[in-house]
Amino acid sequence: MSYNKVQISHGNGGKETQQLLQRLIFSRLPLELKRVKGGVGIDHPDDGAVLHDNLVVATDSHTVNPYFFPGGDIGYLAVSGTLNDVIMMGARPIAMLDSIVVSEGFPIDDLERITGSMIELLKKHNVPLVGGDFKVIEETAMRNSIIINTVGLGVVETGGPIVDAVKPGDRIIVTGPVGVHGAVIAAMQYNISTSLKSDVRPLFELLEVFREFKGYIHAARDPTRGGLATTLNEWAQLTGNVIVIEETKVPVLEEVKAVTEITGLDPLNLASEGVAALAVDGEVEDEVMEALKGLGFEPASVGYVVEPKSERGIVVVKTAVGGAKILEMPTGDIVPRIC
Amino acid sequence: MELPKLVDALFRENGALARSITEQIHKLAPIVSKKLDRERIKIMNFCGSHEWVTTHYGLRALMPETIELIPGPGCPVCVTPSSDVENVIKLALEGYTVYTFGDVFKLPTVKHYKQDEVGSLAAARASGADVRIVYSFIDAVEDAKRTGKPSVFFGIGFETTAPSYAVLFEKGKVPKNLLFYSSLKLTAPAAEFAVRLHRSKGLVPVSGVIGPGHVSSIIGAISWDFFPKEYGIPAVVTGFEPIDVLAGVLKILQDLYTGEVTYTNLEYRRVVKYRGNEFAQAEINRVFKPVDAIWRGIGTIPKSGLDLREEYSAYNAREQLGIKERPWDYDLPPGCRCNEVTLGIAYPTDCPLFMKACTPARPWGPCMVSMEGACAVWARFGSTERITRIVSEVR
Repeated sequence: MSYNKVQISHGNGGKETQQLLQRLIFSRLPLELKRVKGGVGIDHPDDGAVLHDNLVVATDSHTVNPYFFPGGDIGYLAVSGTLNDVIMMGARPIAMLDSIVVSEGFPIDDLERITGSMIELLKKHNVPLVGGDFKVIEETAMRNSIIINTVGLGVVETGGPIVDAVKPGDRIIVTGPVGVHGAVIAAMQYNISTSLKSDVRPLFELLEVFREFKGYIHAARDPTRGGLATTLNEWAQLTGNVIVIEETKVPVLEEVKAVTEITGLDPLNLASEGVAALAVDGEVEDEVMEALKGLGFEPASVGYVVEPKSERGIVVVKTAVGGAKILEMPTGDIVPRIC
Repeated sequence: MELPKLVDALFRENGALARSITEQIHKLAPIVSKKLDRERIKIMNFCGSHEWVTTHYGLRALMPETIELIPGPGCPVCVTPSSDVENVIKLALEGYTVYTFGDVFKLPTVKHYKQDEVGSLAAARASGADVRIVYSFIDAVEDAKRTGKPSVFFGIGFETTAPSYAVLFEKGKVPKNLLFYSSLKLTAPAAEFAVRLHRSKGLVPVSGVIGPGHVSSIIGAISWDFFPKEYGIPAVVTGFEPIDVLAGVLKILQDLYTGEVTYTNLEYRRVVKYRGNEFAQAEINRVFKPVDAIWRGIGTIPKSGLDLREEYSAYNAREQLGIKERPWDYDLPPGCRCNEVTLGIAYPTDCPLFMKACTPARPWGPCMVSMEGACAVWARFGSTERITRIVSEVR
């Protein structure tokens, strides 16, 4: 079988995605066309781009099988995911665009439910939908599927945007149990019954924390596709620093553990859709934890950042029994089409 | 505390017990090393899941330098000969519905590396063949009953999988249109082969073995008694949590220290009986017979496989379709050292292709294909030296 074709693992959000995009796009664009002058663009892998000081823009395409799942649907996912990308840049979302592609034969009732979810979230958070597109693909090319792309615009209200750059001494905080959304989808795909519900939701409350601890939060990311493992590896690679995670401190729900035991998946590789990972200055760790608790989060401080010695840009996991392993960027097939 | 949490607290997250066992290992290792006059104490496992536990929980980073935990033949997919996969691909292309497990689906044959050849069951499916991935034999049986189409089940596995096949044959549940292509392997003959090879090649000998927990639940701890009895090598059957493996290593050191090596130690008492599951053994024996089997990259190991008995020859794909066993021909891709990794002679990192031409996304050799393959496990969690070095740096 020829390897010179796109494989499902190219879309895992991990190493293969990175390598393919490097070849197709990043290596072929000159630096001045990777960002707006003075801003942040694809020269810096982050949730979104920064244009002219305080304007943030982010985009994401969503495809998930099945498109209805406990706790949400692809409509929630598409709106929430992009809003979170904007929020993780430290910006308040001000507008959204959407672009929907469905296959011929797709049930209109389903589509109505999905767009209903999108509208519900936009109303709840008062974000106008200012533009969009709608396309249909022949059934021979794509069967009973839907892809939703959304673009989110946001404004950084005070101070600068959060451009991810972890520093030695930083603490890694997650705002809740990881891998829930990924476990729900995996359970459905592997036909495992579970009481889990996806954690999908926009994280507007975090803007308060970002404002309060302006300058002390060195990175913020919602660990969606590829999970916490991808987020931490990207942070480590961006700066060359080493991130150390204490496995026992990473919150994982019992039901998520059960799904991962059966499927052989790792909770650290599974997507969260309503959780953020933050790298905060060690000085304000306790205060940030308290602030998050005050907002109803169940945060956990799971690790720290150290200066690299013999190897740069890696993530080390200390296990419960006192051993250690390298947490690699996820590779191969994780869960097909998870988000 | 709920039961799963309790089990985790006891066997998985028990840092205090892990520390205490590790301290004892560190205390005993230099004494044993001096007593045996061996610089390195090699302890071999025979189960992909033991290798996974060892690597996933970072147990090598806890060992003193003298102790080397090495993976032995423990991955059924890794040792399935290319000729078997080729035969089944041929049947798939001829129109048989082929049922197989997910790992086997991706397994490359030697032809995989030549252009314009169908080199895996995945490629066969891409060329239009009807290849279906199942999670168990029972799924294949039910699907074949439903379709009524001429079908073949590609039977991979060790003693743990064999009873699930045997019981359906024995109970007459397998439909006539479903043939069985056996590539079943037995663990003990290969384990013995690997240990003998270390001796005959003048390598650092294997000083202790960790017997496979789930295979032993079928064949019994008794099946490993030949190691202490004939080779003077301590054996421990352990479970699959980090505490199990650590306790196993300590027990081996204690046996080496006292020199009282007489029978297999059973750490995994909560699942394994000394004599194993005699019902399952009887089922296997009624349906299957031991045969010489080819191990990929290694060759034929006498009486190391299982095939259907004569009473079931109507189901035997080889017999019914006149498939002749060809003499073994070296069946690893160029440069691949999967055979040496399987026998514990080389670490995955000794292979120049590891994480270069051979990665989990683009596996070159069979040990990188299966989740249980030592190379795939190491690719996910890093090699021993790397971890040991980095741990000392971040401490």
